Amino acid sequence: MATFTTLSDAIRDNVSNGQSIAMEGFTHLIPFAAAHEVIRQGVEDLTLIRMTPDIIYDQLVGVGAARKMVFSYAGNPGAGLLHRVRDAVENGWPRALELEEHSHAAMANAYHAGAANLPSAVFRGYRGTDLTNVNRNIKSVICPFTNEKLACVPAIRPDVTIIHAQRADRNGNVQIDGIVGVQKEAVLAAKVAIVTVEEIVDDLRALPNRNANTCILPGWCVTAICHVPKGAAPSYATGYYPRDNDFYLEWSRISSDRDRFLAWIEEHVLAHPFDASVQEGAR
Amino acid sequence: MTTISPKEYMTVSAGRLLRNEDVCFVGIGAPSAACNLARLTHAPEITLIYESGTIATTPDRLPLSIGDGELHDTALTTVSVPEMFQYWLQGGRISIGFLGAAQLDRRGNLNTTVIGGYDAPKVRLPGGGGAPEIATQAREIFITAEQSKRTFVDKIDFLTSLGHGQFGESRGTFGVHTKGPTQLVTDLAIWDMLDPDGLKVCDPDFQAQTAEFVVVSLHPGVTRDDVVASVGWTVRFAPHLGVTPTPTPLELETLRALHARSANTQ
Repeated sequence: MATFTTLSDAIRDNVSNGQSIAMEGFTHLIPFAAAHEVIRQGVEDLTLIRMTPDIIYDQLVGVGAARKMVFSYAGNPGAGLLHRVRDAVENGWPRALELEEHSHAAMANAYHAGAANLPSAVFRGYRGTDLTNVNRNIKSVICPFTNEKLACVPAIRPDVTIIHAQRADRNGNVQIDGIVGVQKEAVLAAKVAIVTVEEIVDDLRALPNRNANTCILPGWCVTAICHVPKGAAPSYATGYYPRDNDFYLEWSRISSDRDRFLAWIEEHVLAHPFDASVQEGAR
Repeated sequence: MTTISPKEYMTVSAGRLLRNEDVCFVGIGAPSAACNLARLTHAPEITLIYESGTIATTPDRLPLSIGDGELHDTALTTVSVPEMFQYWLQGGRISIGFLGAAQLDRRGNLNTTVIGGYDAPKVRLPGGGGAPEIATQAREIFITAEQSKRTFVDKIDFLTSLGHGQFGESRGTFGVHTKGPTQLVTDLAIWDMLDPDGLKVCDPDFQAQTAEFVVVSLHPGVTRDDVVASVGWTVRFAPHLGVTPTPTPLELETLRALHARSANTQ
């Protein structure tokens, strides 16, 4: 059964040094507020898992919170490269970053396998690509029925998955509208799941025009629920606020310089602890 | 009508490759503009699919990212990312994959991973994303990119997404039986994947081991020397070199209006 808690307590109680963490949300509903709390609490040596590291992991990598990143597309979507990730890979700043690089198809299948409690994912993929030469976790199996050689990657089983959603109800049931990405699989594959939400309602069943298909997780699959309005900004939440495309473009400028990046983190993350009293009031 | 830019020639010519009945997996950037221009002009029924899970999406503006809200809001349906790659792409439901690249070679192999060596790259690029499986599982691949010696190279630094492999190989070498790259549209020219006899990929006697991208049409005002100067390999030209048809007023007006509506995302 999900417990309702503040964001700072949820991170303190569930996230610790050295863990593997997936913060998912495919362009939509990226859990930025939770990542910023991880930065404020100074968690280190993380293995960060995410299909599209996006600005959220550029920030975590830039402050040196990660030792390894498992990913399939490390760009600033629509705006170019991720400069903090580049600096870590190309120059080891602020620390070296080990990469485990996949394709989207492989990551999606690997989360699916994790949710399905399988040891690995089997799919038709990675044919002819050099990725097989640089990632030891890309292997193959022979289909026992057709003899077709298929790609095989280990299931993703994060210690902790963090996602953001539009709504939860008092029983912790989670609703997502819009692009659903890989969040359900990432939560069900994890040992512990933290969900931040725009809004907490009494009962999803009682909502006008409610659609049962949009409830992606029953409360008993979730460890902690935190009420965090605008918790996905500068990404977006369908029905609440749009993607801040200007900020995504601006991030290229902020992140291209180490000092400018650190100043931004100081001003916008470290100097602004998440305010639990505001959170309670909003709820 | 003002002067037509090389990039407008590229987008319009790329869009013309698409047909009304296509189911097209759309890469972001140049492919996205071409695919939406096709939908807004000659192919209104085309099914555009983005890897964020949006199927039959009809955005009014070009998205900045492959997961912008407008792609969902205007889609027929949105599915999860595992479903997108398992049922729709791997399931063989995609007729065209439309891709761009940071580096490509004359065999249509694409690099979006690194410039330089993998372990100590000169430039760490974003990586493959959906492209490695789009390149092998969509039934046919179109590529669009602006020509430069940085992009059009004799040897790519990393093979992210398979075209036709190295000379002497074919897609079959890797157990891949889709057509792969058949056409390449740039800001200067249109290229076809042709073997030394001039046969296309769809021809039963096509010799994949010796095929390469061959210039078949120059955009008006472009010379052979312009093409050669922006490509890092020895360029082959078709014996009967065509001239790319000029964009129609409708195509140009539609493209410019699309870009104007998308001003803050481009």
